[in-house]
Parts: sequence; C-alpha cells; structure tokens
Amino acid sequence: MDITIFMQQMLNGFSLGSMYALIAIGYTMVYGVLRLINFAHGDIMMVGAFLGYFGIAVLGLPFGAAVLLSIGGSALLGMFSDIVAYRPLRNAPKISLLITAIGVSFFLENAFNVFFGGVPRAFPVPTYLEEMVDFYGLMMPVSALLVPIVTAILLVVILWVLFKTKYGMAIRALAFDVGTVNLMGIDANRIISLVFGIGSALAAVGGVFWAINYPSVEPMMGVLVGLKAFAAAVVGGIGSVGGAVLGGLIIGFTEVVVIAFFPELGGYKDAFAFIFLILILLFKPTGILGIDFEKSRF
Amino acid sequence: MQISLTKHHGINVAIVAIAVWFIWFASGYFDEYTVRILNNIAIFIILAASYNLINGVTGQFSLEPNGFVAIGAYVTALLLITPDAKMYQYAIVDPYPFILTLHSNFIVALLLGGFFSAFLAFCLSMPVFRVRGDYLAIVTLGFGFIIKILAINTPEVTNGSLGLNDIPEFSNLYWTGGIAIVTVIVILNIVNSKFGRAMKAVRDDEDAAIAMGVNTFKAKTMAFCTSAFFEGIGGGLLAALLTSISPDLFDFFFTFQLLIIIVLGGLGSTTGAIIGTILVIGGSEWMRFLDEPMHLFGYTTTAMPGMRMVVFSLLLIFIMLFAREGIMGKREFKELFKSRTKGDK
Repeated sequence: MDITIFMQQMLNGFSLGSMYALIAIGYTMVYGVLRLINFAHGDIMMVGAFLGYFGIAVLGLPFGAAVLLSIGGSALLGMFSDIVAYRPLRNAPKISLLITAIGVSFFLENAFNVFFGGVPRAFPVPTYLEEMVDFYGLMMPVSALLVPIVTAILLVVILWVLFKTKYGMAIRALAFDVGTVNLMGIDANRIISLVFGIGSALAAVGGVFWAINYPSVEPMMGVLVGLKAFAAAVVGGIGSVGGAVLGGLIIGFTEVVVIAFFPELGGYKDAFAFIFLILILLFKPTGILGIDFEKSRF
Repeated sequence: MQISLTKHHGINVAIVAIAVWFIWFASGYFDEYTVRILNNIAIFIILAASYNLINGVTGQFSLEPNGFVAIGAYVTALLLITPDAKMYQYAIVDPYPFILTLHSNFIVALLLGGFFSAFLAFCLSMPVFRVRGDYLAIVTLGFGFIIKILAINTPEVTNGSLGLNDIPEFSNLYWTGGIAIVTVIVILNIVNSKFGRAMKAVRDDEDAAIAMGVNTFKAKTMAFCTSAFFEGIGGGLLAALLTSISPDLFDFFFTFQLLIIIVLGGLGSTTGAIIGTILVIGGSEWMRFLDEPMHLFGYTTTAMPGMRMVVFSLLLIFIMLFAREGIMGKREFKELFKSRTKGDK
C-alpha cells in the first residue's frame, strides 16, 4: 500500500472519528450531570440531519441557514425532551429514567418512520462541499476536511464554556451535587436543560455532517451511530469531554483502517465499537482519560 | 426443588391445573389463528418472566433478550433441521461439514440452546458486572447487535441474511404452554429462595447488600445466566413455531416489546410479566387497525405502517411518567389478596 492511500485512509478515519466525537460529547455531558445514558441522543442526531434536509430541500434555504435551523431545532427538541420526559423523573430510580429514554428514542424513530417514510432520502449536498481539493497530493472532498476542523473549533468552544464561563461552572458544580447547586441559588433544572441543549446542538452538527458524507437521511440512521458514539464516550472515559473526542477518534480510525488493511473483515465493521467497549470494561472501566469522579468533572 | 409457598399449596395446584386444562381446551377447540396467538403469548411469557428476573427482580437494567433468543433459535434450528433439508438450503456458501451432521430431538435441541445462551451470558457477566451502573444496558445492547452481525456474516453456519428454513414445526400449545408453566414455577422458586432474596437485596441497595455479606457479583451473574437460559429456550420454541428464522427477526424491536411487557406489568413481578404479555401481545393484534387506512370523520387516511410502534413508545413513556409501578408493582398474584385482608400494604 503506498503512502498516498495510507494518508487518505488516515484522513477518512479522522473525519469519521470527528463525527463520532461530536455525538459522543453530548452523551458524556448528559451522563456527567444526570448519570443517564440518553438513548435518544442518536435519534436527536437523526432529527438534526432531517431538519438540515428539510431546510435545504423543502424550504430552499442556503446550506448555512439550514445548518443553523438544524442546530436550533435539535437544541430545542433536546431541551423539550428533558423538560417533558426526564424532569418529572429526577427523584425516581435511575432505571425509570433509562426506560423513558428508550421510549423517547423509539418514539422519535417510529414517528419519523410513520410520517416521513423509511426510505432513505438523498441529502442535497451543496456543490462547493463536494469539490475535490489537492491536500499535499491527497485528493479530498472539502466536506471531509471540514468535519475535523469544525469539530476542533466546537471542542474549544465547549471547553471554554465549561471552564471559563459562569454557566460552565454551574454545569461542573451540578455534576458534583445537584442539591447544593440548588442551595447556591442556581436553578438546577435550567442548567440541566442547557446541557441537553448543548449536547443536542452538537449532535445536530454531527447529523448534518453524517448526511453530507453518506448522502442520505432515514429515520433509523441514528441508532447504530448513537450506540457507537456512546461506546466511544466510554472508551475515552465517560464524563470527560476530551475523552469523548479521543474515544470517537479511536473508534473512527479503527473502523476505517482495519477495513482498509483487512477488507475481509468488512462485514464486522459495526462490531468493533462494542468489542472495544467490552475490552475497556475488562481492563480499565473508567476509560482511557478516565476521570476521578471524586476530584474533578469534565 | 420444593414447590414454593407451601402455605398456599392448594391455590398453586389449582392455578396450574386450570392452566393445563386451558391448554388442552384451547388446542382442541380454538381456531388456528387464536392458537397461534396463544402460542406467541406462551413463548413471550417465558421470555418476559426470565427477562424480568434480571431487570425487575435484580434491578440490573439489561437489553439483551434479542441476542440470547437469537442464539437459542439458531442452535435449536441447526439441531432440528434434517441433514437432507440442510443440503439444499445453503445458497451463499457451503456449510461447514459438521453443521450437516448435527441432529437431535426437540428436548435436547431446546436445552442445548438454553445452555449455549447461559454460557455466553456467563462470559459477558465477567466484564460487565465489574462496573456498576448502566454499562450492562449498553454492553448487552451492543451484544445483541454483534449477534445479529455474526448471524449475517457467517453464512457457513447461519446461511447469512437468508436465514434458516424448513425447521420442523415441533412447537404446539402443549410444548409452549407446558414450558411456560415450568418456567414460571422455576423462576418463582428462585425468587423465593435464598438466591432470590440476594437478588432483591442487590436491587434495593447494593451497598447494604454487600455489608450484609451478600455476594452481589454471584447474585447478578446467577440472575443473568438464568434469564439467558430461559431466553434461549424461548428462542428455540420460537424457531420451531415459525419454521423459518432470519437475522432480521432478532433486532432491537424484539427487546423493546419485552421491555414494554415487563414495565406495563410491573418491574419485579412475575405475575405482572404474565399479565403484561397477555395485554401487549393480545393488544398488538387488536391494534392492527392502526397500521391500516382509517376512516375518521369522513376522511380516509393513508395506511401508516408502524403507527402501532408510535403508540407503544408513547405508552412506555406515559407508564414511566404517571404509573411507574405498572399494573402489579413488585407484588405477586397472592400478595394482592394479602394486602386486601391486612390492608397495610
């Protein structure tokens, strides 16, 4: 295998991994504050992709505006799902929250399936994203380069919000102790909704990127991606934003690179993330960047 | 094994006798469609009661049934299909030679399916129960996916996405109903035994259970393996009822159905699992009209396949929000009468 193809595969892996990372950040943040695996997160990514599709194909918006619509709509949906489905269960056993999350996830999938049909729809990718650029001898579509760059920018923004703003301080405090946060005069429910909003907005970006790279949208597209992103969050270290990005990149790389070198394993592509997950649980349950929950958050 | 609740021996025997009589009556006098639904209900009672053991009684939220049911179904099917029928089925690649030689009778096939599932559950429990919390849910969910991926990608064994056909139709109401009764009795005995109390202790407060000297790892692993065993047997019965299986049958939807059943019936109650099965399986037959074109106030809507699932998922959310205990809560059938006479529960 010559070096060009190798580099090409590395870039592909980087691009795929960045998409997993964007979705994994949402999982890890919600898990950080609520200790909840938000099963509906992958489906919110699907809704984000659909909103982008509707924005371009139905409303005729330019790509940028459609992305903003997708981000805004998904953030609102994320907060809405928190207020309607999760907030009433704050003091309930955690198993109830998990079951509700599965209910929300199944509802989104099936509602979209019933009302918009299960047939994949072609995503109208803007032509300037499909142009090939010469990147030191590698031919790459603009979109494949865009994904890692946007992910890096968003990661910096999220870390800035978490560690440099008052809201971020509230989120980190919430991850330690909800009761005390309320005593400090902060409305914990509002901050939790904010976390859902941020996570869902990132998932929407991931969803639109996914739709660009595999140019179609369909109601079940979020299931497997969501699960893999959660596996990525655990592999990197659940509760840590940096860990989510690292885990996403690892799983993305593995999927691309293993198949490039061992094409006969292609059918097992979707199993890698879970095998990683089981291995990490066996040898280092806190994940690679596992954080000590007693000392720090995110 | 002693029969549980010796004080109420009479009631137990009477309930079993009524169930046996009903099975005999139904297989003799009901039409084919009803018997088919009853077969489904019996198999889902096996699955729901065993799923409830790990989810409700032990409180370890897992999402594995589709994986273990698939294993039970495939093992049973491979053992039941005659070598002649296997010869021409494998369209994608030729099967491994030993696959062709596998053959056994129904009981052995079912038991092997169950043991195979239980063994895999044992292997899974090692990594999973090392950590607390919700990891079990995601690992078992991933496990279900891996099983499906394996079934598609090993055509030498499973015939890939074409699935296995011509499975002899051994399942009838005597088999499904009989095994359902045995399963419920065994599970109730486990719940009322020393192990069952350990499982409930793990559910209610794991730290307190450890402090009391309960081996929580052992309790969880036992519950997980037992439930996998019966799920494997249920899968075998399902394979012998449907006569053809394919990987698509065992996707996450299967687990979702069981989850609704045990949540509706009440997590932790075997009686609830039975009631939930009857309501959900019967109800989803009744709700078929939702998927078809509807005539509402003079309008005719188009057919909406999948509408039932929207209703079911909303139902699940509403139960969780407004009636978290489900129908039975954690109580069993007998405790209903107890609470009425004593009035203190």
